[in-house]
Amino acid sequence: MADATATANPSGGFWHRLANPARFQRLAGWLTPWLAAAAVGLFAAGLYFGLYASPIDYQQKDNVRIMYVHVPAAWLAMMSYSTLAIAGFVLLVWRHPLADVAGVAAAPVGAAFTFLALVTGAIWGQPTWGTWWVWDARLTSVLILFFLFLGYIALRNAFDEPERAAKAAAILGLVGAVNLPIIKFSVDWWNTLHQPASVTRLGTPAIDPAMLRPLMLMAGAYMCLFTVLVLVRMRLELTRRRIDALQSARAGAIE
Amino acid sequence: MRSRKRQRLWLVSIGVLLLGGAAALALTAFEDNLVFFHSPSDLKAGKAEVGQLIRIGGLVEDGSIARQPGTAITAFRVTDGAATATVTYEGILPDLFREGQGVVVRGRLLADGAFQGVEVLAKHDENYMPPEVADALKKSGHWKMGEDAPPKGAGS
Repeated sequence: MADATATANPSGGFWHRLANPARFQRLAGWLTPWLAAAAVGLFAAGLYFGLYASPIDYQQKDNVRIMYVHVPAAWLAMMSYSTLAIAGFVLLVWRHPLADVAGVAAAPVGAAFTFLALVTGAIWGQPTWGTWWVWDARLTSVLILFFLFLGYIALRNAFDEPERAAKAAAILGLVGAVNLPIIKFSVDWWNTLHQPASVTRLGTPAIDPAMLRPLMLMAGAYMCLFTVLVLVRMRLELTRRRIDALQSARAGAIE
Repeated sequence: MRSRKRQRLWLVSIGVLLLGGAAALALTAFEDNLVFFHSPSDLKAGKAEVGQLIRIGGLVEDGSIARQPGTAITAFRVTDGAATATVTYEGILPDLFREGQGVVVRGRLLADGAFQGVEVLAKHDENYMPPEVADALKKSGHWKMGEDAPPKGAGS
């Protein structure tokens, strides 16, 4: 772990300097309040437009408002897992000291977003489809994503040696990334009950601008919230590791 | 040090690629088993056996809904444009159920070719718009719902 901080890599630049925990702590500490303020502002605007100042849907009526909570949660669930996969890749290849910290920080946040997407989806599905849950390709692959997050957390905590735990979790994070394109394209590849993409598709979005606005505000809010939570959790994890190191050093000195 | 990093980069990248390839092959092999519903064309082509519990999906054909008075039995036809299936269902239908709506019906194929529904789900499409916009589209003749989105797998 120490090699990344000690030797300067001419091509590594920014990422290499971030490997210094104190430098990362400073940068994250400076970024956090700004992002938190942005999240509060975007949530206020997004919830105002989403739950109040936007039209009802021509067939879902007010149920359409669940979308403003559900869709960004699902997007962020996938982004969280992408974070785990990228962190895993960076850890396995470059042994960047922050990669494991980022994975540890992002996993529970991602699990929470996935859970929120699953629950709000069920609440929307009951009045719209007529069922809380079906085993179609989209819903099932998102449930698997939820289990991947739980598996990652469990695996990360299953070893006594932190290095081995980090490596095992990184491999799971990378392997599980196979699920991401499956989630995204499940609605195009197979017959599913879940509808295909409305926003992220070729051509114009199949969603009215008056409804797209709160959706995008909420997506921005979720994104800021995710970044804040991950940065705060990364700082906590780094601090916790430092305390552990100091304590074991002191225990060693006393003996 | 540099070369070991490069070696790891190659190893991990190749591992990811192989894994992706394996997943793609597996999914292609399972293709038919991963569909949530079949189309009436599949039914017509004899993909389902009589009495087997399957799901069919399609649009409720215009003017095909017939409710039996005094009961909760509804008969309707599900179409994918190429073929239709006659469905009978006893029970409460979802709010979105109506002519031209996409539905998924779980049930059994009967010996006479009709489909006995056990559960009816409404399928929602990817279009979201306020009622005024929907009305305006209908008025100006740009309304494409129903004909725009035949269920996937139709005719294939």
